[in-house]
Amino acid sequence: MAAGFAQLLRAEWVKFRTVRGWVVGMIVAGLLTAGVGLLGHSECGSQVGAVAVVGGPGCTSSLGPGGEAVTDNFYFVHRPMGNTGSITVRVTSMTGSYSPNGGSASDVRPGLQPWSKAGIIIKASATPGSAYAAMMVAAGHGVRMQYDYAGDVAGLPGAVSATSPRWLRLTRDGGTITGYDSLDGAHWTQVGSVRLAGLPAVADAGLFAASPGYTAPASQSIGSGSASTTPSQATAAFDHVTVRGAWPAGAWTGTAVGGGSGPYPVLGYRQAGGELVVTGSGDIAPVVDPGAGSVATPLVGAFAGLIAIVIVGAMFITAEYRRGLIRVTLAASPRRGRLLAAKAIVIGAAAFAVSLPAVIVAQLVAEPMARSRGIFIFPVPAATDVRVVAGTAALLAVAAVLALALGTLLRRSAVAVTIVIAVIVLPYFFASPLAVLPAGVADWLLRVTPAAGFAIQQPYPAYPQVTGSYTPGNGYYPLAPWAGFAVLCAWTALALGLAVYLLRRRDA
Amino acid sequence: MTGPLTDALRAEWTKARTVASTGWLLLAAVVLTVAVGAAVSAAVSCPAGGCAEDPAKITLTGIYPGQAVVAIVGVLAVSSEYSAGMIRVTLAAMPRRIAVLAAKAVVLTGLVLTAGAVAVLASVLAGQTILPGHGIDPAHGYPSLSLGSPPVLRAAAGSVLYLVLIALLGLGIAAAVRDSAAAIGVVLGLLFVFPIVGATVGNAHAARFIQQIGPMTAGLAVQATTGLRGLPIGPWAGLGVLAAWAAAALLAGGLVLRLRDT
Repeated sequence: MAAGFAQLLRAEWVKFRTVRGWVVGMIVAGLLTAGVGLLGHSECGSQVGAVAVVGGPGCTSSLGPGGEAVTDNFYFVHRPMGNTGSITVRVTSMTGSYSPNGGSASDVRPGLQPWSKAGIIIKASATPGSAYAAMMVAAGHGVRMQYDYAGDVAGLPGAVSATSPRWLRLTRDGGTITGYDSLDGAHWTQVGSVRLAGLPAVADAGLFAASPGYTAPASQSIGSGSASTTPSQATAAFDHVTVRGAWPAGAWTGTAVGGGSGPYPVLGYRQAGGELVVTGSGDIAPVVDPGAGSVATPLVGAFAGLIAIVIVGAMFITAEYRRGLIRVTLAASPRRGRLLAAKAIVIGAAAFAVSLPAVIVAQLVAEPMARSRGIFIFPVPAATDVRVVAGTAALLAVAAVLALALGTLLRRSAVAVTIVIAVIVLPYFFASPLAVLPAGVADWLLRVTPAAGFAIQQPYPAYPQVTGSYTPGNGYYPLAPWAGFAVLCAWTALALGLAVYLLRRRDA
Repeated sequence: MTGPLTDALRAEWTKARTVASTGWLLLAAVVLTVAVGAAVSAAVSCPAGGCAEDPAKITLTGIYPGQAVVAIVGVLAVSSEYSAGMIRVTLAAMPRRIAVLAAKAVVLTGLVLTAGAVAVLASVLAGQTILPGHGIDPAHGYPSLSLGSPPVLRAAAGSVLYLVLIALLGLGIAAAVRDSAAAIGVVLGLLFVFPIVGATVGNAHAARFIQQIGPMTAGLAVQATTGLRGLPIGPWAGLGVLAAWAAAALLAGGLVLRLRDT
């Protein structure tokens, strides 16, 4: 029984191995997968006089406590704070402005950005990337408690104004920071509590303001990839600033964390009477636009490899029909379901065995090349990188099996190949380089079609509290990585089941 | 009028006409083009106004999936003869191999021209009916979708020619590689890999160059009616790039057909 199946596997493997076109096709798939990813010649650098400088301040990123790339850019009005204590403020207004045309100081328009934020913060130090916890009002999102870049908890809803102010409080007890909010300063609600690793005995604490860049609405055209982002600023007014506990004596100091200011935005703070007004720009958040620095960028060659693999997968069965070999095959192995299972295992394993080294080589070669051109590669946990790399190879293997199943169903290789490529590549294409569909429709396509499988390549998590271009082109998918891969596998299982059914019922 | 080419044409026309799959595939191409174009037109929304939408491009979105079916028609015109062994009969009857390929190209052009014109006209009509209901009409500052306006006529006529050139590209590649699966794979690879790679390349110059040489990215520039300055390549020049790809494929196919045994 088992020996019979092993023999069947062996027979299919010999068929695959001895057809030169298929072996060449698989090798071509590997070369395309590895090679196309190396085509992108992005650079990062600046022009100093006549000399092009590779790398530099704009080509790197701070790393957060979790090792992820973060933006840590805001205006910080701070004092040293000891091991225990609290800070309480009342926020009475938050306003903002932005410069839509290249950040010129002469064209500034009023308005807050989504997730412009201001409030109180306790931070390990003013060094970008250090641990923190903050209570804030966020434009359009009410009161939030955020910590260590990725954490976000919602508090009181609604916008802040002089008639509807918000009270915010942070208390520190050793490494634990707890955030509270209140409408009247008398009745307090706990929003969240977090234990920060690496918070020194004397931290920096105080008030802050930040405002992420303004992004113009993108226009639709092929490859209109990255929209440009221009500066914005947010100004918040605080009063009833109260500190309790272990605060060494000292006055407030203003620091533009993560960089200074030009003609616009105009950063700073002023203190008058009991009021403190802080103006800041930037964001305290994970970076969600890795661009060419994504670990998934070298894997774009998988699209080209996919096409070659799909051709071989479909021909693995249609060639048998074309040559009449299928009758010999079925005479030798009358149990048709097991025959298709053997074919699926052989073609899937061959596709995986070719793709995995190709993807690994693409990444190993492309990353040092990108670094030498000044590009900062956004770090990912090792487990994520393994999932992205092995998942891409698995995606190609499953696509080969899907092509085999459709080839069995349709017996016409041209139609089978077109359908597989269309259902895997077209939805991705519609969602990303073309961007003609409304976002909701594109997302829907990437959830229900086999193209959902590309989610396995998403290297960085999406954050609802960070405005970003969460498109497949930037490496973000609407489904979670394994859920998307499961959708592809479900389609393949369905096609394979149907193929077995029809193979049994129809004459060969 | 009789002569070898006329006979070849008549033979190819009879083959195309009497094979059921040609008609079904062309019908599928028309239905897919019109249905997807209408669905995208119905899905477009611009509640705030001021979107940079191009009505002609939205209406003709169906060309993207439609071209895949048209490419199959082009590929099968040659490769089905190889898979059935018919090619040996064809070449025994008409030993002038280039004439056979030319006749196939002429018949294919006629068929796709007709089907493409139907698909594009129906798509434009659907767009004219659907888009004004979504606030995309001249009253809201968008260009008109009337075929009387020269840019719209260019987009419509250019899209029909685009489909013809895609079919010829498929024909040429199929004559060169002879296997239907490999041929359709090469065609779809040429069409879709360029824009996907172009979108991931960070360098703007390289991305623009990739879009200028890609058969689909360049060829579909002919659909643009607004924002022509922002295009990587002009409308007719872009269609010219695709024509060059199709010509190169036909040349390669002709050479292989002439030099190799069947």
